[in-house]
Amino acid sequence: MSSSRIQQRMEALKISGRKALIPYIVAGDPMSTVTVPAMHAIVEAGADIIELGMPFSDPFADGPVNQRGAERAINGGMTLAGVLKVVSEFRKDDNDTPIVLMGYLNPLLAMGEIIFCEAAARAGVDGLLIVDMPPEEEGSLVQSAKTHGLDLIYLAAPTTTDERLRAIGRATSGYLYYVSLKGITGSSKLDISDVSQRVAHMRQHVSVPICVGFGIRTAQDAAAVSSTADGSIVGTVLVSQVEALADQPEKIPNALKAILEPMRQAIDTNG
Amino acid sequence: MALKEQELRTLDYEPDTGGHFGDYGGRYVSETLMAALNELDQNYRKLKNDPGFKCEFDADLAYFVGRPSPLYHAERWSKTVGGAQIYFKREDLNHTGAHKVNNTIGQALLAKYSGKPRVIAETGAGQHGVASATVAARLGLECVVYMGADDVERQSPNVYRMKLLGAEVVPVESGSRTLKDALNEAMRDWVTNVDNTFYIIGTVAGPSPYPQLVRDFNAVVGREVKWQSREIFGKYPDALVACVGGGSNAIGLFYPFLRDTEVAIYGVEAAGRGLSTNEHAAPLCSGRPGVLHGAKTYLMDNSDGQIAHTHSVSAGLDYPGVGPEHAYLKDIGRAKYVGATDEEALAAFHEISQVEGIIPALETAHALAYTKKLAASMQPDQTIVCNMSGRGDKDIFTVARMEGISLT
Ligand SMILES: Cc1ncc(COP(=O)(O)O)c(C=O)c1O
Repeated sequence: MSSSRIQQRMEALKISGRKALIPYIVAGDPMSTVTVPAMHAIVEAGADIIELGMPFSDPFADGPVNQRGAERAINGGMTLAGVLKVVSEFRKDDNDTPIVLMGYLNPLLAMGEIIFCEAAARAGVDGLLIVDMPPEEEGSLVQSAKTHGLDLIYLAAPTTTDERLRAIGRATSGYLYYVSLKGITGSSKLDISDVSQRVAHMRQHVSVPICVGFGIRTAQDAAAVSSTADGSIVGTVLVSQVEALADQPEKIPNALKAILEPMRQAIDTNG
Repeated sequence: MALKEQELRTLDYEPDTGGHFGDYGGRYVSETLMAALNELDQNYRKLKNDPGFKCEFDADLAYFVGRPSPLYHAERWSKTVGGAQIYFKREDLNHTGAHKVNNTIGQALLAKYSGKPRVIAETGAGQHGVASATVAARLGLECVVYMGADDVERQSPNVYRMKLLGAEVVPVESGSRTLKDALNEAMRDWVTNVDNTFYIIGTVAGPSPYPQLVRDFNAVVGREVKWQSREIFGKYPDALVACVGGGSNAIGLFYPFLRDTEVAIYGVEAAGRGLSTNEHAAPLCSGRPGVLHGAKTYLMDNSDGQIAHTHSVSAGLDYPGVGPEHAYLKDIGRAKYVGATDEEALAAFHEISQVEGIIPALETAHALAYTKKLAASMQPDQTIVCNMSGRGDKDIFTVARMEGISLT
């Protein structure tokens, strides 16, 4: 099997001894015209992979900041088909940066899992992270994702047992997303030494790269996480920034860049 | 696909080990909740058959709730309707005024046996919140209730009741500011405080094992009806009727009768302003399968898979999803799901108040509205048991307001 864009990116980072920076924004927040320029700006700031949120009306694993991001996007008219359009638009100028779509299952079921996977692959999507689909519930989505060469990224949590960790490690491809704390996105209680210990422990059970998200807010956080994990996922601070600039959307791309550049630097200096 | 009668008589009606009822149910949650659900599952399996736990549960139902609740012959109404004999299962006479307490007693005991000092709950009309605050007070547990900000305004008497009972009520401002958003917020709390917190879900929705355990705690209703109906009229009823919000009072009545296929089963959803409008809360009648709040089930969403805003005159039925076991019973053809509109429910609310001297909950009024239609199509030697799931004291403000009467 040929390796995916995500796998190639993680492999290249490993060879050059660098760690991944993975920003998350919500597609269509606050309106669809902002998202593609924002994605390019994110790449210029040094992002290795982009996680693009597919907005959902009932995001029960997200904190207030990301909830409001999804609400703004839905109110702005963003749909699942619209998310795929954003991706193909982005692909016109960037054929290298892997894109992971992150969201909840129901909109995918509404479109049809098979139709969705085919359309996503055609648009240039590389991976899927479906928050409310643990390996136990994987249905026809998994088969279709495989058929279309999409990586399926699963979550691991501080409460995940070793047995489940091994099962998740087998199911996940591309990377494993370690949720660094007991809580929802945007909680602010990242405990670096705890994360380091857990990452080291998880490496005994899974062979894929481990990226850490939930609670990374500053360049120091990102650098500290990168000293043990293979990548840092940064979401809430970016969505907060989008929120602050919702009525001056033309400023959003540069503002996101300004947050990510110091993170990139800190990660690289540390590594 | 509907099953044959012979198959319906022999099914065991239990979910598989992953909590699936056929295609429905399961555990569609983020990884952060998996450990907590596994722990709950294990604790429940262990305690379910623990004599001490059972004994305490039964004693609480008898002495704190006041069970068994009567099976009452609504003689005058049966005559007025002029068809089948109608019986009410009087869950409205339970302490706190609804079936909800059967479940909260069970779950609060689970919390106690699991060593969790804090419980949380979501609530729509406030009935489940009150029932949770009640049992928490009695067991000395800290209690936080999430309630949509709109519901907090609409149901202020229940908000005050919960506070009197020592609970903290948190208004939820996100989304549609109603029950579904309260459930989202309760799940968020649980993920964050999973070490010391037990989540008391108010209905048979949510991830496994909730649909099963909430059903088991409410099944006392159907078990009592089994012996009461034999005692009172010498056989099982010909039909059972209950309203379906998430579906806990309905499944509580239905479950013990599932293999008795001579008993017809009807669940009544809130048809709001009519099933042909978008303003209702009837996923089984006119929704489609999807995933919401941790389970695969019938739900109401738009063409893009965003969960729809629902409407019902009754806050307790105003929910876009439904318990997965009902989705299964619908598909295999063991139960039939129908709707009653706001208008039909309000008419039944008044009629039962005046003909039987019982003010029913607006939720219950939906079941009563359909019972009337069904009874009229049956014979006087046939019987219907309608679950009188709650009393209507909580609803008098809503009804008065709709009729332009000011109570304060
Ligand atoms: C009296 C009464 N009946 C029915 C319901 C609907 O819930 P369920 O469908 O879970 O029984 C409620 C919910 O608040 C209620 O208070």
